[in-house]
Order: sequence, then C-alpha cells, then structure tokens
Amino acid sequence: MLEIKNVHKTFFAGTVNERVALQEINLSLAAGEFVTVIGSNGAGKSTILNITSGKLRPDSGTVTIDGRDVTRLADYQRARFVGRVFQDPMAGTSPEMTIEQNMAIAYERGKRRGLAPGVTRKKREFFREELKSLELGLENRLKAKVGLLSGGQRQALSLLMATFSSPSILLLDEHTAALDPQRAALVSRLTAEIVERHHLTTLMVTHNMEQALQLGTRLIMMHEGRIILDLDREQKSRMTVPDLLHEFEKIKGAAVDDRTMLQ
Amino acid sequence: MIVAVELGLIYAVMALGVYLTFRILNFPDLTVDGSFTTGAAVAAISIINGVPPVVATLAAFAAGMAAGWVTGILHTKGKINGLLAGILTMIALYSINLRIMGKANLPLLREETLLTPLREAGFIGSAVGIMVFAVVALVIKLVIDWFLHTDLGLSLQATGDNEQMIRSFGVSTDRTKILGLALSNGLVALCGAMIAQYQGFADIGMGIGLILAGLASVIIGQAIFGSRIIFVATLAVVLGSVLYRVVIQLALQAGLNPNDMKLISAVLVVIALVLPQLKVFRKVQGLANMKKTLTGATEAAGAKA
Repeated sequence: MLEIKNVHKTFFAGTVNERVALQEINLSLAAGEFVTVIGSNGAGKSTILNITSGKLRPDSGTVTIDGRDVTRLADYQRARFVGRVFQDPMAGTSPEMTIEQNMAIAYERGKRRGLAPGVTRKKREFFREELKSLELGLENRLKAKVGLLSGGQRQALSLLMATFSSPSILLLDEHTAALDPQRAALVSRLTAEIVERHHLTTLMVTHNMEQALQLGTRLIMMHEGRIILDLDREQKSRMTVPDLLHEFEKIKGAAVDDRTMLQ
Repeated sequence: MIVAVELGLIYAVMALGVYLTFRILNFPDLTVDGSFTTGAAVAAISIINGVPPVVATLAAFAAGMAAGWVTGILHTKGKINGLLAGILTMIALYSINLRIMGKANLPLLREETLLTPLREAGFIGSAVGIMVFAVVALVIKLVIDWFLHTDLGLSLQATGDNEQMIRSFGVSTDRTKILGLALSNGLVALCGAMIAQYQGFADIGMGIGLILAGLASVIIGQAIFGSRIIFVATLAVVLGSVLYRVVIQLALQAGLNPNDMKLISAVLVVIALVLPQLKVFRKVQGLANMKKTLTGATEAAGAKA
C-alpha cells in the first residue's frame, strides 16, 4: 500500500543550521495496517508524514502508494490517494463555508471539478448519514458555517472529510494534540471506529504514548531521523507506557554511547 | 440622480469582479485599473471597425480575462507578491491600451452600440433605463451565485478561505487563483466596455483609481446589507455600487470640485475601513456585522502586503 524506500531528507543543507530529518528511512505499510509513530521533538515524525503527503520532497529515495511511484507528485496531485487530518483543528476545514459545502469539497477528492452543483439532494442525504456516525448532532446543522463549530467538532468533521471518500492512505498528524482531554478521547475513539469501518491504511503521528499503544496495529518509535523500534500487534499489546519509556531510554542511551565512543 | 443610479448599476458589474478577488479569493487585485480601460478600448476599437456591438463587448470580456490571467501567472508561477503582480499588469496595460486605441481618446458618438436602441427610444436616464441596467446587473450577479456553488466554485471559495485544506483535497490553488483573477478581470473589462458605450467614448485615463470605487462598493455594500450568504453578499455589492455613485453625485451637487473626487473616494474608503474599529462603534449592535466585514478586509490587505 505505502512503501517508503531509502528516503533521506536534510533541512537547510550546507548552512550552519543543517539538520538531518530523515536518514535512509525504509517503511512499508500493508493494506489495512494502522501504524502509530512516536518519538521526541525533531525525531522526524512529521517529516515522514509530509514526505508521504507530498508537502516535502525527499532528497533521495522513493515513495510508492498502491504500487505507483508518487515521489515527484505535488501534494494536491497526491491528494487522490492521501487523506489528511492536521494537528490544528482549523486547518482541515474551510470556516466561512457551511458543513455541507465542506463535505462536498471533500467528496470530490482528487476528481476533476466542473460546473455541476456542489451540493445536491442526494449528496446531502449521504452527508447526513455520515455525520450521524459522529454522534455530535452535526447532521442537523448542515447549513451552519464550520467556523461556528468548536475545535473538537471541527476535528471530528475533518476526520470524516478525510476518510469518507476512502483514500489509499490516511495520515493523522497529532490530530488530537490541540484538543482538551475529553474531546481528544472522542476524536481518538472516532478514529479507531472510522479506520476499522473503512479498513484504511493509516499512519498516525502522536506525542501521546498511551494513545500510540491503544490505537493501531503496529507501533514505530523514531529518534534522530531513524526508526529505532518497530513493534507488531503482538508485541505492542504487551507493552505499557513505562516499558516504552524504558525502551526509548535504552535505545537513545545506546545511540549516545556510540557517538561518545566515536568522538 | 437617475444617471447616478444607472451608472451605479453598470459599475456593479465591475464591483462584482472586485468582490470575486477581494472577498472570495482574499486577493487585493489592482489589475482592475488597467483591465477596465482594456475592456473599453477593445469594445470601442472593435465597434469603430464595424464589429457588431455584442461581439465587441464579448471580446472586451475575453481581453479582461487575459489580463487577469497574466496577473495570476505572475503571482502563482512567478511567485510575485499579489499586490505587485496586479500593479505590474496594470502599468503594462496602460501602454497596451494606448496601442489598442491608437490614441488617448476614442469617440463612439455616431457608432451603433449596444445602447443605441435604448438611447433612440429615449430610455436612457429614465425609469426604464434603470430597469434594464438592473436586470443586466442582477443576471450577472445570479450567474456568479450559481458559479460559486458548483464544484469548481466551491474550490474557488475554499482557496481564499483555507488554502492548505483545499490542496489536501486535490485542488491546485494556482489554477483556482488564476481562474478567479481571469473571471474577475473579465467582468471588470465587460463593465469598461459598457461604460464606454454608455458615455460614448473610451479614454486612456478612465480606469484610474477605479479599484477604489470597486472596494468602496464591496465594503460599504456589505457593511450595510450584510454578507452572511453568497446571495446576500453579491446583492450587497450591487446595491453598494449604486449607493457609492449616488453619494458621489450628491457630493458633486453639493458643489464639490469634480477634480477632488478621487480624494473623496479614498477618504470614503478609509473611513469605511477605520470607523468600525473605534470603540464607540463596536458597542453598537447593528454595526457588529460591519466590524467583521471590515476587519476581515484589513487583515486580508495586511496578509498580502
């Protein structure tokens, strides 16, 4: 489904601020796999997401989605295959437009947009049904401007809009981080339900270790642009947060030791 | 006063074009000053050379679209700041307009224009004239309303509202911006063609400062009549344009010097932008709407600057 091969990315190359974000990353997601990604700041989590979405291009290496090499495609061209939910609840929706107009835009993901009416009665019924699954009562507010919704509601709507057209890959970029704990829990639960229902191949970045363990079928940990831990469903289910922290310290410590030795 | 209303209704077409860029795309486009004259020039020279007035007017629309397309390309592909891209096209158009016209002023007085039948029937400057121009403005307004609710139109709206979002759903925002600028300047040029035929001449200086009239129509109209939904917003632009011409007419009747009109227009727009930010006005419930419209406008200008 998603195949990232030998991807390397350096920011500000050739300057004093040079920073290696990804070092020869290899990551392959099978169809229906739901991978959670954790790691400290600057570990390369977001870069991996941005390389997949097309917002960034790798210095070297390839990105393949559904067997198609998309490395050279811009973000809007890849949008046909990739659904995204951003960290900022404001980022995934258009505030001045109504709920149904936002959904109509999402409904046409990656298609050629012409002069057909954006919202039709048939689409509206479909949107209503989809919104019911969120259990937020939004199905009764189709004509409300999205800017009037709360952060949690907007993020739930973004999640729905990113997924209901069944993208090949779903990218979640710390999409619960900006919400209060209650709303975060709600969006987390919705994420699990929606991914399950549509069998979506998913890559989710999170800062929250508990969430990383609770959601998904596989967990990877990143540090300084490398994948330092890759747990399958079996191993992941036996992990606790303290285990993860311990594992992280161990691997990080080893990395630091190696470097000290080399110097 | 009837003439002012007629002019307001014709200029409403230009204001609707400005609405498309300024409000929908969130792009303060200064191409307008040039493309308006381009429209007038193309229509005038075509009519003088025997082209049927309808075809000449449509040619003006096409020429305006081309001008908007150039600004769009400069901004998106050339990565030039939006304000500067508009200014560049506007200045370049001054020379192009002179080339089109061949001289600085083209009289149309003895030519057969779109308005000749109206004029001969004595309808210009009467209630019938107002009706005719109102119908034209409203038809164009309704076409814009319809367009903005198509799949393509929705993507245009989203481009001005949240670029990151619309890109994540597979829309090239370069393409939507270019399209919006082309349509907007097409309307502006169409308006230029109609004004040339209405007043009986095309002049190289007729577009100077016109962007102010457009902005004033959009801002004042939406402050007074609202902008909650597109249908209301575009209607407000049309009414704003009429109101603007009536105010100018009243100012002239009050004995103000016509040479001061540009200064008065500028002051009018500044007042409309600044007044609602004052504390006294914020408290007035009826002006809440105005405040929102106007601060949105300043933010937009600030973001592009």
